[in-house]
Amino acid sequence: MSETGAPQAGKHRAGKTPLLLAIAFVALAILVAFGFVVRRWQPLLASDHGAGVDEIISYLLLTTGVVFLVGHFVLGWCVWRFREGNGEANQTTFERPSKRVEWAWAAMPLILFVGVSEFGVVILGAPVWEKIYGDAPKDALHIEVVGKQFEWIVRYPGKDSKFGKVAPEYVNDADNPIGLDEDDADAQDDIVLRGEMHVPQGRPVVVSLRSHDVLHSFAITHFRVKQDLIPGFTSRAQFRTIRSGKFEIACAELCGLGHYKMRGFIHVEPEAQFKTWLDQQVGYFQ
Amino acid sequence: MGFVRKYIFSTDHKVIGIQYIVTAIIMAFAGGGLAGLIRLQLSNPDGAIVSPETYLSLVTMHGTIMVFFVVSLGLVSGLGNFLIPLHVGARDMAYPLLNMLSYWTVVPACILMLLSFLAEGGAAAAGWTMYPPLSAVADSVPGSGMGTTLWLLSMALFIVSFTMGSLNFVATILNMRAPGLSMMRLPIVLWTYFISSILGLLSFPALTAAAIMLLFDRHLGTSFFLPAGMVFADHVLPNQGGTPLLFQHLFWFLGHPEVYVLVLPAIGVAFDVVATFTRRPPLGYRTTVYSLLLIAFLSMIVWAHHMFVTGMDPRVGKYFSVATVLITAPFGVLGVNLLLSLWKARMRFTVPMMFALGLISAIGAGGLGGLYLGTQTSDVYFHETYFVVGHFHLMIGTVTLLGTFAALYYWFPKMFGRHMSTALGKIHFWVTYPGMVAIFIMMHYQGLGGMLRRSYDPSVYDYNTPNLVLRLPITVIAFVVLAAQLVFVWNFFKSSIWGEKAPANPWDSASIEWQAASPPPHGNWGEAIPAVHRWPYDYRLPGASEEYLPQTTERA
Ligand code: HEM
Ligand SMILES: [Cu+2]
Repeated sequence: MSETGAPQAGKHRAGKTPLLLAIAFVALAILVAFGFVVRRWQPLLASDHGAGVDEIISYLLLTTGVVFLVGHFVLGWCVWRFREGNGEANQTTFERPSKRVEWAWAAMPLILFVGVSEFGVVILGAPVWEKIYGDAPKDALHIEVVGKQFEWIVRYPGKDSKFGKVAPEYVNDADNPIGLDEDDADAQDDIVLRGEMHVPQGRPVVVSLRSHDVLHSFAITHFRVKQDLIPGFTSRAQFRTIRSGKFEIACAELCGLGHYKMRGFIHVEPEAQFKTWLDQQVGYFQ
Repeated sequence: MGFVRKYIFSTDHKVIGIQYIVTAIIMAFAGGGLAGLIRLQLSNPDGAIVSPETYLSLVTMHGTIMVFFVVSLGLVSGLGNFLIPLHVGARDMAYPLLNMLSYWTVVPACILMLLSFLAEGGAAAAGWTMYPPLSAVADSVPGSGMGTTLWLLSMALFIVSFTMGSLNFVATILNMRAPGLSMMRLPIVLWTYFISSILGLLSFPALTAAAIMLLFDRHLGTSFFLPAGMVFADHVLPNQGGTPLLFQHLFWFLGHPEVYVLVLPAIGVAFDVVATFTRRPPLGYRTTVYSLLLIAFLSMIVWAHHMFVTGMDPRVGKYFSVATVLITAPFGVLGVNLLLSLWKARMRFTVPMMFALGLISAIGAGGLGGLYLGTQTSDVYFHETYFVVGHFHLMIGTVTLLGTFAALYYWFPKMFGRHMSTALGKIHFWVTYPGMVAIFIMMHYQGLGGMLRRSYDPSVYDYNTPNLVLRLPITVIAFVVLAAQLVFVWNFFKSSIWGEKAPANPWDSASIEWQAASPPPHGNWGEAIPAVHRWPYDYRLPGASEEYLPQTTERA
């Protein structure tokens, strides 16, 4: 075998590198995996469908974690075992595996990955997807949230349970941020809030989402909710809360300079307390 | 030939390749410097390093420069140019003049992109995805004035250049192969360049269309992407009838294949570097090629997985999810083939081999992360978080850069007839591989914690408190990694002049390009084009007279 004088290729029995590499691959993989589980990174779960989302995340952490660790162990082991100069591990000839063997090695990851990934999407994912995007439950509370640079404007339909007319021409940041039509009877009792919303705990909530200007995304991390707001469209987010408290609403789609502080709050309260709160609100034109 | 024709307006693919690579290195100073500034801002808990508008420009320009002007230019255009004619045994590209033109079109693109920092209102600030309305309405963010116009013009030039380059790659690989070099005897790295060029040709037109429509919306009052009823400062815009979603579809129709345009060549490099230094053929040449084709096909029909939460019909979302995660299967085949190519090796631990091994590890980390984002329901949680940032940095940042480095250390002797320093190369490796994995994996943890990307100050949200613990470690490691790249740059330029002289085939590689002189003369092959008699992986063949048989060795 030709031992050329090249600096790198020449020293085939190169000292500590294989051992260091083997250790690095295995150690790094263990550290990476450990980091995912060392603490529960996700914030406290506060919605019903969120449990399904978290379950899928756990499923993926488990399955991909195993593949990741096994892969790195094999990598580390090969690097150490098949280093040149390791006696009988290095044969002078190499017998190519047959076509069959090569196809078998292809079939294995094919089956494994189709199985693991589609199980996550179809079996685990589909029912949760249905909860997120399926038809709204009959008894749901309807709220509208409008995104504008850089705040959330919240509207409840008021006593008549009907949302009044809105139009862009009426939008006036100072005293009519959502653009309610003053002449519309349904609009009189609409309740408009800036940056805050209240929902009753345990009751399904449907939020209609509109944007007045650019893209935004209505994100409540504790609820595992994220839904884009697209100007020209009305999109929808729905959830059922499972615990009371005050949670943060974030904007998840870049919307300009104030994007990072487009923060709002959602107060989850027991049904009775929510009722009291709602009764205290006055309609926009009342 | 005068100096200008030989080194500046050259039509020689090797010179052009090196020009691209040097351009990419220069742009990497910009892209890397911006990354440093981003990290400084993010880990400065109180007080600002930059203003919010500057921050958004930093992020936008960092992403754009890294994707299009560092990785695309260096790995795809640069190495592709250098390698393809040598690998197919040709004297040059199919269209040398077009090749020169494509390089000299990208130079003004680079200049325009950098100049946009000087524009009034600053550089583009709508994110590298340039979503309208933010990018279309000048009032929506300061960078959406002149900065975005320059961004769009620069991208248009870039696409023109990249299209010329890809055409050349495809034509050269199809038509210029040496006698005896059938497609199934191509090295895997060439298959990856071939497939990536075709993908580029098929997908870039969508972005071209989007960019032109966006320019029209911005300057001619059209409404491709702008619906009725948008209100800025209590003033209703006159636009009507468009939708921002159209842009997203067009952007990702390019954007998703684009990541494979970048990643596949890096993987190809790994296959070939690994073959040389394991002294055995890669496991599953055929299954690898088929997997590459399958990945390319699937990558064209999954674009909307970037849009799961835009409010599309849930059935459409489900389709895109089912199709997306299918990609993990052929990708898994690539991974297993690459990994098990180490089996029964006689492994030589050169610097390029170390980078290739690091790349295998990074594909594992990056590829598996994709599953979290391709699964529709978990993406609802991860969308627009740092999990995404960590994931794509592992794939189109780490895998591509480790591949580029493996390739540069490996083919450097062919480029310059000299070796790069092994000692400096090892330092570079031992900082870059673990460092990049650490940085981007920590971003996964932050994303799992719900931390959102493109945020000037994540501490605004209380729920981010635990995620903030990782800010400083990420920044510190990022600066160490960035500094280590200076070692590489120094090694590259120093060795091109003073490096130890290398023979024509320093790595004992069987692949055809090593049969040319180092560096190859103009026209590459002297008197006659080499005839090819075998594939590039005949190492340790039972019964053969030599430990390896170059592709030009006749069959017994
Ligand atoms: C040490 C090296 C690097 C560091 C520390 C780094 C850091 C970052 C950070 C922190 C962000 C997110 C900022 C935010 O969302 O607010 C980002 C965005 C990004 N980076 Fe990097 N990066 C590095 C290298 C690269 C490379 C090599 C690429 C090549 C493809 C790349 C491509 C991108 C892209 C496409 C974005 C998204 C920009 C956007 O949101 O519009 N980065 N980078
Ligand atoms: Cu926003």
